[in-house]
Amino acid sequence: MAFNNRYDFVLLFDVKDGNPNGDPDAGNLPRVDAETGRGLVTDVSLKRKIRNFVGLVKGEQPPYEIYIKEKAVLNNQNKRAYIGINKAELLEGDNKKRKGGDAVDEARQWMCQNFYDVRTFGAVMSTGINCGQVRGPVQMTFARSVDPVVPQEHAITRMAVATEAEAEKQLGDNRTMGRKFTVPYGLYVAHGFVSSFLAKQTGFDENDLGLLWQSLIQMFDHDRSAARGEMATRGLYVFKHDSELGNAPAYRLFERIRPGLKDGAVVPRSFEDYQVNVNEDNMPSGVTLEIKA
Amino acid sequence: MKTYCLEVSGDFACFTRPEMKVERVSYDVMTPSSARAVFESILWKPAIRWYIEKIEVLKPIRWITVRRNEVGAVISMRNALEAMNKGTGCLGLNIEDERQQRAGLFLRDVVYRIHAYFELLPDAGQNNSIGKFLDMFERRAEKGQCINQPYLGCREFVCDFRLVNMDTKQIDREKLSTFEKMDLGFENQRDLGWMLYDMDYCDTADPKPKFFRAKLENGVLHVPSWNSEEVRG
Repeated sequence: MAFNNRYDFVLLFDVKDGNPNGDPDAGNLPRVDAETGRGLVTDVSLKRKIRNFVGLVKGEQPPYEIYIKEKAVLNNQNKRAYIGINKAELLEGDNKKRKGGDAVDEARQWMCQNFYDVRTFGAVMSTGINCGQVRGPVQMTFARSVDPVVPQEHAITRMAVATEAEAEKQLGDNRTMGRKFTVPYGLYVAHGFVSSFLAKQTGFDENDLGLLWQSLIQMFDHDRSAARGEMATRGLYVFKHDSELGNAPAYRLFERIRPGLKDGAVVPRSFEDYQVNVNEDNMPSGVTLEIKA
Repeated sequence: MKTYCLEVSGDFACFTRPEMKVERVSYDVMTPSSARAVFESILWKPAIRWYIEKIEVLKPIRWITVRRNEVGAVISMRNALEAMNKGTGCLGLNIEDERQQRAGLFLRDVVYRIHAYFELLPDAGQNNSIGKFLDMFERRAEKGQCINQPYLGCREFVCDFRLVNMDTKQIDREKLSTFEKMDLGFENQRDLGWMLYDMDYCDTADPKPKFFRAKLENGVLHVPSWNSEEVRG
C-alpha cells in the first residue's frame, strides 16, 4: 500500500567501547569533527547497516533483495527465479537499447520491485540516456554525537605471526602488535526524511516503511564485531505528517527532541547519564509524534 | 516579477567542482544550480522555471575533509534486462570488489539567503496562472512543506529552509573577523573564478554545462541572468 504522508525522523544510538565508524583518512580512528570534538558517523555507514539487516531477515529474496552487498551476504551464488517480463528482442541490435525507450523504464521499475535498497535509497543505472537514475524516498544525514567524544588508542598483541619468515626473525617468539581504537562512550543523533512523492516513483510502500523502522531499531543487534563494541539504538522518534507535503518544517520538529546530560553527569559513560527531553506540547496540527524506540 | 528569499542552513555542504569530482571538492559558495534545486524541491511544475538572482553568504567559509568508502560501479541495465528476461540470474554488486575510498572537501556550517523568482514557460497552458503558483509556493515555504527535503549539493547534506520576509532582511555581519570579511569580499570584491551556473537542458539527451565568473561582493554572489553574455558554455 502506498502512503500519503511525509515522515521526518530522529535516530538516537550509542556506542560503548567501540568504533562506530572508522575514518580511512586517519588510520581508522573514529570519525571526529576536529573543530568541536564531536563524533561523526556517515550516512552511508548507517545505510550499509540497514541493507545488511534487511538482507539478513528477508534472506535476500525478491522483493527484498539487496543490490549493494557485502561479501558475507553475497556468497550464496544460487540462481533464483525472477518475475521476468519478456523483453528479449530489445537487447538485440545496439541501436534500440542505447535509446532505451520503454525497456529502460521497465527495467528500472523491475529493479525497484526486486531490490529493497534500490527502491529505498535509489541507485544509478547505466544507460545510454542521461536520466538513468532512481531517486530513493529515504534520505539520511551524518550522525553527530551529542557531546565531544575522546577516541582512544589501544595497543594489542597477537600470540602468532603470519609468515614463516617472521617466525624465524623473532626466533620463535611469535608475537605481533596491533592497534584498535574505541570511543569510551558516545550518544549519536542522525536525522532522516521520507518523501512519499519519491516513494510512489519507486514503489516503496507501507510494508517497506515498517521494515525501515524495524531495521533502524534492530540493525546494531546484528552488526556485532570486534571493532564496534556495544552499539544500540536508543531512540527512534518519527514525525508523521498528515499530508504528503508536510505540515511543519523539519527543523522545528527536530528541535523537540533534545538529548542532554543529566544534572550532575559530567563525563558521559552510559545512556543512564543522558536524559532525552521530548517536547510534545503544542504540536503543529497535522503532525503526530510516534516514539518507536 | 516577485522575488522570494529563502534562508537555508546546514551542517555540511558540497557543491562539487566538476573538474574535481573524483575526490570531491566543493566550490566556496553555493552554485546557482543547487540553489535552483532547493526552490524546486518546494515547488516545481513543468510549466515554470526558477531563476536565481543572488546568493547571500551569511557565515564565514569553513571546510572539513571526510573520506568515505564508496562504490565505483553503476547498476548494469543490460544485466538487469537479462535477468528479467531469463527469469534467473545473479544480480547484486560486491562492494569489496568495487571499493573506492574517496575524500571530500566539504563546506561546513553554512547559511545562505537565496533570492529567486520563477517564470511561466511559454507552453504553460491556459489553466496555469502565475498567481496560482505564487500562492502555492508561499503556502508551502511558510509551512515548511516540500516534495523532498532540500539539500546543499549532495542528498546527505540536507538543509533547513525558511521563507524570509523581505522587509526584515538585515543581516548582522559585525561578528565576522577581518580575515573572514576579506574571504567574503568585503571592501575588495573577491573573485571566485569560473563557476558552474547550471546545466543547459535544451538538448535533453546531452545536457551541457554553463559557467560564469563568480564574484563575492560584500558577502553576496550576484548571479547574472541566464541569457546574458557573462554566461558561457
